[in-house]
Amino acid sequence: MNSPVTEKIFVKGNEAVAMAALEAGCRCYFGYPITPQSDIPEYLSRELPKTGGEFLQAESEIGAINMLLGASAAGVRAMTSSSGPGISLKQEGISYMAGSELPGVIVDIMRQGPGLGGIDASQADYFQATRGGGHGGYRIIVLAPNSVQEMYDLTMLAFDLSDLYRIPAMVLADSVIGQMKESIVANARPEVVLPEKGWAVRGRGEGTEQNVVKSLKLGDGEMEKFHWMMHDRYQLLADKENRWEEYQTDDAELIVTAFGSTSRISKTAVTMAREAGMKVGLMRPVTLFPFPKPAYAALSERCKLFLTIELSTGQMVDDVRLSVARDAEVAFYGRPPGAGSLPTPEELFEQIAHRYRARPAVAEVTL
Amino acid sequence: MRHDVFIAGYGGQGVLLAGNLLSYAAIYEGNNVSFFPAYGVEKRGGAAMCTIVFADGDTGSPVVGSPTVSLLLNPLSFEKYAAKVKRGGVCIVNSSLVDITGVELPGIEIIPIPMNQLALEIGDVRMVNMVACGAYSEMSGALAISSLEAALKKALPERNHRLIPANITAIEAGARAARAKKA
Repeated sequence: MNSPVTEKIFVKGNEAVAMAALEAGCRCYFGYPITPQSDIPEYLSRELPKTGGEFLQAESEIGAINMLLGASAAGVRAMTSSSGPGISLKQEGISYMAGSELPGVIVDIMRQGPGLGGIDASQADYFQATRGGGHGGYRIIVLAPNSVQEMYDLTMLAFDLSDLYRIPAMVLADSVIGQMKESIVANARPEVVLPEKGWAVRGRGEGTEQNVVKSLKLGDGEMEKFHWMMHDRYQLLADKENRWEEYQTDDAELIVTAFGSTSRISKTAVTMAREAGMKVGLMRPVTLFPFPKPAYAALSERCKLFLTIELSTGQMVDDVRLSVARDAEVAFYGRPPGAGSLPTPEELFEQIAHRYRARPAVAEVTL
Repeated sequence: MRHDVFIAGYGGQGVLLAGNLLSYAAIYEGNNVSFFPAYGVEKRGGAAMCTIVFADGDTGSPVVGSPTVSLLLNPLSFEKYAAKVKRGGVCIVNSSLVDITGVELPGIEIIPIPMNQLALEIGDVRMVNMVACGAYSEMSGALAISSLEAALKKALPERNHRLIPANITAIEAGARAARAKKA
Protein backbone atom coordinates (compact mmCIF):
# COMPACT_ATOMS: atom_id res chain seq x y z
CA MET A 1 0.00 0.00 0.00
CA ASN A 2 1.30 3.43 -0.90
CA SER A 3 -0.39 5.69 1.58
CA PRO A 4 -0.76 9.26 0.34
CA VAL A 5 0.21 10.55 3.80
CA THR A 6 3.32 8.67 4.74
CA GLU A 7 4.66 10.72 7.63
CA LYS A 8 1.72 10.16 9.97
CA ILE A 9 1.74 7.26 12.38
CA PHE A 10 -1.18 6.03 14.50
CA VAL A 11 -0.18 5.31 18.10
CA LYS A 12 -1.42 5.34 21.68
CA GLY A 13 -0.51 8.26 23.92
CA ASN A 14 1.54 5.96 26.12
CA GLU A 15 3.43 4.61 23.12
CA ALA A 16 4.15 8.16 21.97
CA VAL A 17 5.79 8.85 25.34
CA ALA A 18 8.01 5.79 24.94
CA MET A 19 8.89 6.65 21.33
CA ALA A 20 9.77 10.22 22.30
CA ALA A 21 11.98 9.00 25.12
CA LEU A 22 13.97 6.92 22.63
CA GLU A 23 14.23 9.86 20.22
CA ALA A 24 15.33 12.11 23.09
CA GLY A 25 18.24 9.79 23.82
CA CYS A 26 16.89 8.18 26.98
CA ARG A 27 19.36 5.44 27.85
CA CYS A 28 17.72 3.87 30.90
CA TYR A 29 14.14 3.13 31.89
CA PHE A 30 13.17 1.80 35.31
CA GLY A 31 9.57 0.99 36.13
CA TYR A 32 6.95 -1.23 37.63
CA PRO A 33 3.67 -2.10 35.89
CA ILE A 34 0.41 -0.34 36.73
CA THR A 35 -2.72 0.47 34.71
CA PRO A 36 -3.19 2.76 32.77
CA GLN A 37 0.48 3.32 31.82
CA SER A 38 1.83 -0.20 31.26
CA ASP A 39 2.14 0.40 27.49
CA ILE A 40 5.16 2.59 28.28
CA PRO A 41 7.29 -0.14 29.91
CA GLU A 42 5.91 -2.68 27.43
CA TYR A 43 7.12 -0.62 24.48
CA LEU A 44 10.47 0.21 26.05
CA SER A 45 11.13 -3.37 27.17
CA ARG A 46 10.98 -4.25 23.49
CA GLU A 47 12.66 -1.24 21.90
CA LEU A 48 15.12 0.26 24.41
CA PRO A 49 17.54 -2.71 24.46
CA LYS A 50 17.76 -2.51 20.63
CA THR A 51 19.35 0.94 20.97
CA GLY A 52 21.89 -0.34 23.50
CA GLY A 53 19.90 1.15 26.38
CA GLU A 54 18.86 -0.52 29.60
CA PHE A 55 15.27 -1.52 30.42
CA LEU A 56 14.78 -2.72 33.95
CA GLN A 57 11.58 -3.79 35.67
CA ALA A 58 12.35 -2.90 39.26
CA GLU A 59 11.19 -4.76 42.35
CA SER A 60 8.93 -1.83 43.22
CA GLU A 61 8.20 1.79 42.36
CA ILE A 62 10.54 2.86 45.16
CA GLY A 63 13.29 0.77 43.61
CA ALA A 64 12.61 2.28 40.19
CA ILE A 65 12.80 5.93 41.28
CA ASN A 66 16.05 5.32 43.16
CA MET A 67 17.52 3.65 40.08
CA LEU A 68 16.49 6.78 38.16
CA LEU A 69 18.30 8.86 40.76
CA GLY A 70 21.42 6.72 40.34
CA ALA A 71 21.41 6.79 36.53
CA SER A 72 20.85 10.54 36.56
CA ALA A 73 23.68 11.08 39.05
CA ALA A 74 25.92 9.25 36.56
CA GLY A 75 24.88 11.78 33.90
CA VAL A 76 22.61 9.44 31.94
CA ARG A 77 19.28 10.45 30.41
CA ALA A 78 16.73 8.26 32.19
CA MET A 79 13.00 7.93 32.83
CA THR A 80 10.43 6.21 35.00
CA SER A 81 6.64 6.10 34.69
CA SER A 82 3.70 5.09 36.83
CA SER A 83 0.21 6.09 37.91
CA GLY A 84 -1.20 7.52 41.17
CA PRO A 85 -0.41 4.76 43.69
CA GLY A 86 3.06 4.23 42.22
CA ILE A 87 3.77 7.96 41.93
CA SER A 88 3.00 8.32 45.65
CA LEU A 89 5.60 5.64 46.38
CA LYS A 90 8.14 7.50 44.25
CA GLN A 91 7.83 10.78 46.17
CA GLU A 92 10.71 10.04 48.53
CA GLY A 93 13.04 9.51 45.59
CA ILE A 94 11.75 12.60 43.75
CA SER A 95 12.46 14.69 46.86
CA TYR A 96 16.02 13.26 47.02
CA MET A 97 16.50 14.04 43.31
CA ALA A 98 15.28 17.62 43.85
CA GLY A 99 17.61 17.97 46.84
CA SER A 100 20.49 16.64 44.74
CA GLU A 101 19.68 18.91 41.74
CA LEU A 102 19.26 15.87 39.53
CA PRO A 103 17.37 15.88 36.25
CA GLY A 104 15.16 12.94 35.25
CA VAL A 105 11.78 12.39 33.65
CA ILE A 106 8.82 10.98 35.58
CA VAL A 107 5.60 10.19 33.71
CA ASP A 108 2.32 10.11 35.65
CA ILE A 109 -0.67 8.74 33.73
CA MET A 110 -3.27 9.68 36.32
CA ARG A 111 -5.97 7.30 37.48
CA GLN A 112 -8.57 7.65 40.18
CA GLY A 113 -7.65 7.88 43.83
CA PRO A 114 -7.09 8.24 46.69
CA GLY A 115 -5.64 4.88 47.59
CA LEU A 116 -5.96 2.21 44.95
CA GLY A 117 -8.93 4.11 43.46
CA GLY A 118 -9.74 2.85 40.00
CA ILE A 119 -8.41 2.89 36.47
CA ASP A 120 -10.57 5.59 34.87
CA ALA A 121 -9.44 9.12 34.08
CA SER A 122 -8.77 11.67 36.81
CA GLN A 123 -6.91 14.95 37.20
CA ALA A 124 -6.71 14.78 40.97
CA ASP A 125 -2.90 14.46 41.11
CA TYR A 126 -2.57 18.15 40.16
CA PHE A 127 -1.67 19.28 43.67
CA GLN A 128 0.76 16.41 44.22
CA ALA A 129 2.54 17.18 40.94
CA THR A 130 2.66 20.97 41.06
CA ARG A 131 3.58 21.32 44.74
CA GLY A 132 6.58 19.02 44.52
CA GLY A 133 4.90 15.96 46.00
CA GLY A 134 7.47 14.98 48.58
CA HIS A 135 8.94 16.62 51.66
CA GLY A 136 11.28 19.56 52.08
CA GLY A 137 9.93 22.35 49.90
CA TYR A 138 10.77 21.99 46.22
CA ARG A 139 9.08 22.11 42.86
CA ILE A 140 9.37 19.97 39.75
CA ILE A 141 8.67 20.93 36.14
CA VAL A 142 5.17 19.72 35.19
CA LEU A 143 4.03 19.45 31.56
CA ALA A 144 0.41 18.61 30.68
CA PRO A 145 -0.12 17.19 27.16
CA ASN A 146 -3.65 17.16 25.73
CA SER A 147 -3.04 15.06 22.61
CA VAL A 148 -0.95 12.11 21.50
CA GLN A 149 1.19 14.52 19.48
CA GLU A 150 1.93 16.47 22.65
CA MET A 151 2.64 13.26 24.56
CA TYR A 152 5.44 12.87 22.05
CA ASP A 153 6.63 16.49 21.85
CA LEU A 154 6.38 17.31 25.57
CA THR A 155 8.18 14.14 26.64
CA MET A 156 11.15 15.28 24.56
CA LEU A 157 10.84 18.76 26.02
CA ALA A 158 10.73 17.30 29.53
CA PHE A 159 14.16 15.73 29.02
CA ASP A 160 15.64 19.00 27.75
CA LEU A 161 14.13 21.27 30.41
CA SER A 162 15.08 18.83 33.13
CA ASP A 163 18.71 18.76 31.97
CA LEU A 164 18.82 22.51 31.42
CA TYR A 165 17.53 23.45 34.89
CA ARG A 166 18.67 20.34 36.82
CA ILE A 167 15.12 19.89 38.14
CA PRO A 168 13.12 16.64 37.78
CA ALA A 169 10.41 16.96 35.12
CA MET A 170 7.02 15.28 35.12
CA VAL A 171 4.75 14.56 32.18
CA LEU A 172 1.27 14.66 33.73
CA ALA A 173 -1.49 13.07 31.65
CA ASP A 174 -4.48 10.87 32.36
CA SER A 175 -5.88 7.58 31.10
CA VAL A 176 -7.78 9.32 28.29
CA ILE A 177 -4.62 10.76 26.76
CA GLY A 178 -2.55 7.67 27.63
CA GLN A 179 -4.96 5.14 26.14
CA MET A 180 -6.27 6.98 23.13
CA LYS A 181 -4.71 6.62 19.69
CA GLU A 182 -4.13 9.52 17.36
CA SER A 183 -2.37 10.20 14.12
CA ILE A 184 0.89 11.99 14.87
CA VAL A 185 4.12 13.03 13.24
CA ALA A 186 7.09 11.53 15.08
CA ASN A 187 9.29 14.60 14.82
CA ALA A 188 13.05 14.30 15.07
CA ARG A 189 14.57 15.61 18.27
CA PRO A 190 15.02 19.37 18.00
CA GLU A 191 18.57 20.62 18.29
CA VAL A 192 19.05 22.02 21.75
CA VAL A 193 22.31 23.21 23.22
CA LEU A 194 22.58 21.89 26.75
CA PRO A 195 25.32 22.43 29.30
CA GLU A 196 27.84 19.63 29.91
CA LYS A 197 27.00 17.53 32.95
CA GLY A 198 30.24 18.39 34.70
CA TRP A 199 28.64 17.55 38.03
CA ALA A 200 27.96 13.91 37.14
CA VAL A 201 29.70 11.13 39.06
CA ARG A 202 31.32 9.34 36.16
CA GLY A 203 34.70 8.44 37.62
CA ARG A 204 37.03 11.00 36.04
CA GLY A 205 40.28 9.43 37.19
CA GLU A 206 42.93 10.69 39.56
CA GLY A 207 44.00 14.25 39.96
CA THR A 208 40.65 15.81 39.27
CA GLU A 209 38.26 17.29 41.75
CA GLN A 210 35.80 14.86 43.30
CA ASN A 211 32.15 15.15 42.28
CA VAL A 212 29.60 14.54 45.01
CA VAL A 213 25.86 14.21 44.40
CA LYS A 214 23.83 14.29 47.59
CA SER A 215 20.88 15.96 49.27
CA LEU A 216 22.29 15.94 52.82
CA LYS A 217 23.48 19.49 53.51
CA LEU A 218 24.80 19.93 57.04
CA GLY A 219 27.29 22.74 56.43
CA ASP A 220 26.79 26.09 58.13
CA GLY A 221 24.21 28.00 56.05
CA GLU A 222 24.47 25.43 53.26
CA MET A 223 20.79 24.48 53.24
CA GLU A 224 19.52 28.05 53.40
CA LYS A 225 21.76 28.98 50.50
CA PHE A 226 20.47 25.97 48.52
CA HIS A 227 16.85 26.97 49.06
CA TRP A 228 17.38 30.56 47.90
CA MET A 229 19.34 29.34 44.89
CA MET A 230 16.51 26.97 43.94
CA HIS A 231 13.97 29.73 44.58
CA ASP A 232 15.79 31.86 42.00
CA ARG A 233 15.93 28.94 39.60
CA TYR A 234 12.17 28.36 39.87
CA GLN A 235 11.71 32.06 39.16
CA LEU A 236 13.95 31.79 36.09
CA LEU A 237 11.87 28.82 34.98
CA ALA A 238 8.69 30.89 35.42
CA ASP A 239 10.21 33.79 33.45
CA LYS A 240 11.39 31.70 30.53
CA GLU A 241 9.42 28.48 30.21
CA ASN A 242 5.72 29.29 30.62
CA ARG A 243 3.74 27.62 27.88
CA TRP A 244 0.02 27.84 27.17
CA GLU A 245 -2.56 27.80 24.40
CA GLU A 246 -5.29 30.39 23.88
CA TYR A 247 -8.32 29.83 21.67
CA GLN A 248 -10.81 32.56 20.76
CA THR A 249 -9.84 34.68 23.76
CA ASP A 250 -9.51 38.06 21.98
CA ASP A 251 -13.08 39.27 22.47
CA ALA A 252 -14.14 36.65 25.04
CA GLU A 253 -16.48 37.64 27.85
CA LEU A 254 -16.05 34.23 29.45
CA ILE A 255 -12.83 32.23 29.35
CA VAL A 256 -12.96 28.51 30.01
CA THR A 257 -9.74 27.12 31.44
CA ALA A 258 -8.73 23.47 31.66
CA PHE A 259 -5.68 21.28 31.16
CA GLY A 260 -5.04 17.88 29.58
CA SER A 261 -7.98 15.74 28.45
CA THR A 262 -10.52 18.20 29.86
CA SER A 263 -9.15 20.98 27.66
CA ARG A 264 -9.90 18.90 24.56
CA ILE A 265 -13.53 18.41 25.57
CA SER A 266 -13.72 22.07 26.61
CA LYS A 267 -12.40 23.31 23.27
CA THR A 268 -15.22 21.58 21.40
CA ALA A 269 -17.71 23.01 23.93
CA VAL A 270 -16.23 26.49 23.36
CA THR A 271 -16.67 26.04 19.60
CA MET A 272 -20.33 25.08 20.23
CA ALA A 273 -20.74 28.23 22.34
CA ARG A 274 -19.25 30.38 19.56
CA GLU A 275 -21.65 28.80 17.07
CA ALA A 276 -24.47 29.78 19.46
CA GLY A 277 -23.24 33.38 19.34
CA MET A 278 -21.55 33.50 22.75
CA LYS A 279 -18.22 35.26 23.15
CA VAL A 280 -16.37 32.43 24.86
CA GLY A 281 -12.67 31.47 24.70
CA LEU A 282 -10.31 28.85 26.08
CA MET A 283 -7.09 29.19 28.05
CA ARG A 284 -5.09 25.98 28.41
CA PRO A 285 -1.93 25.85 30.50
CA VAL A 286 0.64 23.51 28.95
CA THR A 287 3.12 24.00 31.77
CA LEU A 288 1.45 23.46 35.15
CA PHE A 289 4.69 24.30 36.92
CA PRO A 290 5.63 26.94 36.10
CA PHE A 291 1.97 27.99 35.96
CA PRO A 292 1.51 30.67 33.27
CA LYS A 293 0.38 33.33 35.75
CA PRO A 294 1.29 36.39 33.63
CA ALA A 295 -0.83 35.08 30.75
CA TYR A 296 -3.84 34.67 33.06
CA ALA A 297 -3.20 38.12 34.53
CA ALA A 298 -3.15 39.66 31.04
CA LEU A 299 -6.36 37.88 30.02
CA SER A 300 -8.13 39.00 33.19
CA GLU A 301 -7.44 42.64 32.32
CA ARG A 302 -9.98 42.35 29.50
CA CYS A 303 -12.14 39.36 30.54
CA LYS A 304 -13.62 39.26 34.02
CA LEU A 305 -15.23 35.84 34.08
CA PHE A 306 -13.37 32.52 34.08
CA LEU A 307 -14.70 28.98 34.33
CA THR A 308 -12.22 26.32 35.45
CA ILE A 309 -13.10 22.75 34.51
CA GLU A 310 -11.30 19.77 36.06
CA LEU A 311 -11.76 16.04 36.66
CA SER A 312 -11.61 16.63 40.42
CA THR A 313 -13.41 18.73 43.01
CA GLY A 314 -11.06 21.61 42.28
CA GLN A 315 -7.28 21.96 42.38
CA MET A 316 -5.97 24.01 39.43
CA VAL A 317 -8.78 26.47 40.15
CA ASP A 318 -6.69 27.68 43.11
CA ASP A 319 -3.82 28.64 40.79
CA VAL A 320 -6.23 30.36 38.41
CA ARG A 321 -7.62 32.42 41.30
CA LEU A 322 -4.08 33.35 42.39
CA SER A 323 -3.21 34.44 38.86
CA VAL A 324 -6.12 36.60 37.68
CA ALA A 325 -6.84 40.23 38.54
CA ARG A 326 -8.67 40.80 41.81
CA ASP A 327 -11.87 41.93 40.17
CA ALA A 328 -12.13 38.81 37.97
CA GLU A 329 -14.53 36.06 38.99
CA VAL A 330 -13.38 32.44 38.76
CA ALA A 331 -16.19 29.87 38.66
CA PHE A 332 -15.60 26.13 38.84
CA TYR A 333 -17.14 22.99 37.37
CA GLY A 334 -15.71 19.68 38.56
CA ARG A 335 -16.25 16.08 37.66
CA PRO A 336 -14.56 13.97 40.32
CA PRO A 337 -13.29 10.70 38.89
CA GLY A 338 -15.55 7.68 38.51
CA ALA A 339 -16.50 5.20 35.83
CA GLY A 340 -18.44 7.07 33.16
CA SER A 341 -17.73 10.43 34.77
CA LEU A 342 -16.07 12.02 31.74
CA PRO A 343 -18.06 15.06 30.71
CA THR A 344 -19.29 15.31 27.13
CA PRO A 345 -18.89 18.52 25.09
CA GLU A 346 -22.66 18.94 25.29
CA GLU A 347 -22.57 18.88 29.10
CA LEU A 348 -19.74 21.40 29.23
CA PHE A 349 -21.59 23.59 26.75
CA GLU A 350 -24.54 23.67 29.18
CA GLN A 351 -22.22 24.75 32.00
CA ILE A 352 -20.70 27.45 29.82
CA ALA A 353 -24.06 28.72 28.54
CA HIS A 354 -25.52 28.85 32.06
CA ARG A 355 -22.66 30.98 33.37
CA TYR A 356 -22.39 33.10 30.26
CA ARG A 357 -26.04 34.12 30.45
CA ALA A 358 -25.75 34.93 34.16
CA ARG A 359 -22.61 37.07 33.71
CA PRO A 360 -22.76 40.61 34.99
CA ALA A 361 -23.11 43.29 32.34
CA VAL A 362 -19.76 44.66 31.24
CA ALA A 363 -19.29 48.06 32.89
CA GLU A 364 -18.76 51.06 30.67
CA VAL A 365 -15.14 52.13 30.71
CA THR A 366 -14.84 55.65 32.09
CA LEU A 367 -11.64 57.62 32.27
CA MET B 1 -15.08 18.56 7.80
CA ARG B 2 -15.33 16.63 11.08
CA HIS B 3 -16.84 13.15 11.36
CA ASP B 4 -17.51 11.01 14.39
CA VAL B 5 -18.61 7.42 14.79
CA PHE B 6 -19.32 5.35 17.88
CA ILE B 7 -18.99 1.56 17.88
CA ALA B 8 -20.18 -0.72 20.69
CA GLY B 9 -20.72 -4.42 21.25
CA TYR B 10 -19.44 -7.13 23.51
CA GLY B 11 -15.82 -8.14 23.88
CA GLY B 12 -14.93 -10.60 21.12
CA GLN B 13 -16.98 -8.92 18.38
CA GLY B 14 -13.95 -6.97 17.22
CA VAL B 15 -15.24 -3.53 18.17
CA LEU B 16 -11.76 -2.14 18.78
CA LEU B 17 -10.38 -3.64 15.57
CA ALA B 18 -13.26 -2.04 13.68
CA GLY B 19 -12.35 1.28 15.27
CA ASN B 20 -8.72 0.83 14.32
CA LEU B 21 -9.66 -0.04 10.75
CA LEU B 22 -11.82 3.08 10.34
CA SER B 23 -9.02 5.14 11.90
CA TYR B 24 -6.39 3.85 9.49
CA ALA B 25 -8.76 4.41 6.58
CA ALA B 26 -9.33 7.99 7.72
CA ILE B 27 -5.56 8.56 7.97
CA TYR B 28 -5.20 7.02 4.51
CA GLU B 29 -7.56 9.72 3.24
CA GLY B 30 -5.39 12.41 4.81
CA ASN B 31 -7.36 13.10 8.00
CA ASN B 32 -6.30 13.66 11.58
CA VAL B 33 -7.76 10.94 13.79
CA SER B 34 -8.63 10.47 17.46
CA PHE B 35 -9.55 6.94 18.52
CA PHE B 36 -10.79 6.66 22.09
CA PRO B 37 -11.35 3.12 23.37
CA ALA B 38 -13.13 2.02 26.52
CA TYR B 39 -13.49 -1.53 27.68
CA GLY B 40 -14.31 -3.36 30.88
CA VAL B 41 -11.80 -5.33 32.91
CA GLU B 42 -13.22 -8.49 31.32
CA LYS B 43 -12.15 -9.32 27.76
CA ARG B 44 -14.52 -11.68 25.94
CA GLY B 45 -18.15 -11.08 26.83
CA GLY B 46 -17.71 -7.72 28.57
CA ALA B 47 -18.73 -4.42 27.07
CA ALA B 48 -16.44 -2.92 24.45
CA MET B 49 -16.81 0.46 22.82
CA CYS B 50 -14.84 3.10 21.04
CA THR B 51 -15.26 6.51 19.51
CA ILE B 52 -13.48 7.66 16.36
CA VAL B 53 -13.28 11.30 15.38
CA PHE B 54 -11.63 12.30 12.12
CA ALA B 55 -11.23 15.66 10.48
CA ASP B 56 -9.11 17.44 7.92
CA GLY B 57 -8.39 19.96 10.70
CA ASP B 58 -8.59 19.76 14.49
CA THR B 59 -10.31 16.60 15.80
CA GLY B 60 -11.39 18.41 18.98
CA SER B 61 -12.95 16.40 21.79
CA PRO B 62 -12.18 12.66 21.77
CA VAL B 63 -15.28 12.29 23.94
CA VAL B 64 -18.50 12.49 21.93
CA GLY B 65 -21.87 12.79 23.70
CA SER B 66 -24.17 12.43 20.68
CA PRO B 67 -22.50 10.59 17.81
CA THR B 68 -23.51 11.28 14.21
CA VAL B 69 -23.32 7.58 13.42
CA SER B 70 -23.40 4.64 15.84
CA LEU B 71 -22.64 1.02 15.02
CA LEU B 72 -24.35 -1.09 17.68
CA LEU B 73 -23.49 -4.76 17.52
CA ASN B 74 -25.42 -6.33 20.41
CA PRO B 75 -28.69 -5.83 22.35
CA LEU B 76 -27.09 -4.25 25.42
CA SER B 77 -25.31 -1.54 23.44
CA PHE B 78 -28.51 -0.85 21.46
CA GLU B 79 -30.47 -0.37 24.69
CA LYS B 80 -27.81 1.85 26.19
CA TYR B 81 -26.62 3.94 23.27
CA ALA B 82 -29.18 4.06 20.44
CA ALA B 83 -31.05 7.04 21.86
CA LYS B 84 -27.78 9.00 22.24
CA VAL B 85 -27.35 9.33 18.48
CA LYS B 86 -27.56 12.94 17.31
CA ARG B 87 -30.92 14.04 15.85
CA GLY B 88 -30.61 13.55 12.12
CA GLY B 89 -27.99 10.87 12.68
CA VAL B 90 -27.85 7.20 11.80
CA CYS B 91 -27.92 4.13 14.01
CA ILE B 92 -26.64 1.01 12.23
CA VAL B 93 -27.77 -2.04 14.15
CA ASN B 94 -26.76 -5.69 14.04
CA SER B 95 -30.25 -7.04 13.44
CA SER B 96 -29.02 -10.65 13.74
CA LEU B 97 -28.83 -10.08 17.50
CA VAL B 98 -30.95 -6.99 18.13
CA ASP B 99 -34.71 -7.11 17.68
CA ILE B 100 -35.76 -3.65 16.55
CA THR B 101 -39.38 -4.53 15.78
CA GLY B 102 -41.55 -1.58 16.71
CA VAL B 103 -38.60 0.51 17.98
CA GLU B 104 -38.74 4.14 16.91
CA LEU B 105 -36.28 6.84 17.84
CA PRO B 106 -37.42 10.33 16.93
CA GLY B 107 -35.07 11.99 14.47
CA ILE B 108 -32.74 8.97 14.25
CA GLU B 109 -32.62 6.71 11.24
CA ILE B 110 -32.28 3.06 12.24
CA ILE B 111 -30.59 0.85 9.65
CA PRO B 112 -30.87 -2.86 10.47
CA ILE B 113 -28.11 -5.00 8.95
CA PRO B 114 -28.03 -8.74 9.72
CA MET B 115 -24.31 -8.60 10.44
CA ASN B 116 -23.86 -12.04 12.03
CA GLN B 117 -25.79 -13.67 9.22
CA LEU B 118 -23.75 -11.93 6.52
CA ALA B 119 -20.50 -12.81 8.28
CA LEU B 120 -21.59 -16.46 8.59
CA GLU B 121 -22.43 -16.58 4.88
CA ILE B 122 -18.84 -15.52 4.16
CA GLY B 123 -17.66 -18.25 6.45
CA ASP B 124 -16.81 -16.77 9.84
CA VAL B 125 -19.02 -14.97 12.35
CA ARG B 126 -15.92 -13.12 13.60
CA MET B 127 -16.13 -11.06 10.41
CA VAL B 128 -19.12 -9.22 11.95
CA ASN B 129 -16.96 -6.14 12.62
CA MET B 130 -15.91 -5.96 8.96
CA VAL B 131 -19.53 -6.15 7.83
CA ALA B 132 -20.27 -3.25 10.21
CA CYS B 133 -17.39 -1.18 8.79
CA GLY B 134 -18.61 -1.75 5.23
CA ALA B 135 -22.12 -0.66 6.21
CA TYR B 136 -20.68 2.46 7.87
CA SER B 137 -18.71 3.40 4.78
CA GLU B 138 -21.78 3.09 2.57
CA MET B 139 -24.22 4.86 4.91
CA SER B 140 -22.00 7.76 5.92
CA GLY B 141 -20.11 8.29 2.69
CA ALA B 142 -17.34 9.60 4.94
CA LEU B 143 -14.75 6.94 4.00
CA ALA B 144 -14.35 5.07 0.72
CA ILE B 145 -14.58 1.27 0.67
CA SER B 146 -11.22 1.25 -1.16
CA SER B 147 -9.65 3.13 1.79
CA LEU B 148 -10.99 0.53 4.23
CA GLU B 149 -9.52 -2.20 2.09
CA ALA B 150 -6.17 -0.43 1.88
CA ALA B 151 -6.21 0.11 5.66
CA LEU B 152 -6.53 -3.61 6.41
CA LYS B 153 -2.78 -4.06 5.99
CA LYS B 154 -2.17 -1.54 8.76
CA ALA B 155 -4.99 -2.58 11.08
CA LEU B 156 -4.27 -6.32 10.98
CA PRO B 157 -1.08 -7.85 12.35
CA GLU B 158 1.11 -9.35 9.65
CA ARG B 159 0.31 -12.92 10.66
CA ASN B 160 -3.34 -12.25 9.74
CA HIS B 161 -2.68 -10.66 6.35
CA ARG B 162 -3.67 -13.94 4.70
CA LEU B 163 -7.23 -13.17 5.88
CA ILE B 164 -7.37 -9.83 4.06
CA PRO B 165 -9.32 -11.17 1.02
CA ALA B 166 -12.02 -12.64 3.30
CA ASN B 167 -12.20 -9.36 5.22
CA ILE B 168 -12.62 -7.45 1.97
CA THR B 169 -15.49 -9.75 1.03
CA ALA B 170 -17.11 -9.01 4.41
CA ILE B 171 -16.65 -5.23 4.07
CA GLU B 172 -18.24 -5.36 0.62
CA ALA B 173 -21.14 -7.50 1.90
CA GLY B 174 -21.82 -4.90 4.61
CA ALA B 175 -21.71 -2.09 2.08
CA ARG B 176 -24.05 -3.95 -0.28
CA ALA B 177 -26.59 -4.58 2.50
CA ALA B 178 -26.51 -0.90 3.47
CA ARG B 179 -26.93 0.18 -0.16
CA ALA B 180 -30.07 -1.98 -0.41
CA LYS B 181 -31.50 -0.23 2.68
CA LYS B 182 -30.80 3.20 1.22
CA ALA B 183 -32.57 2.42 -2.05
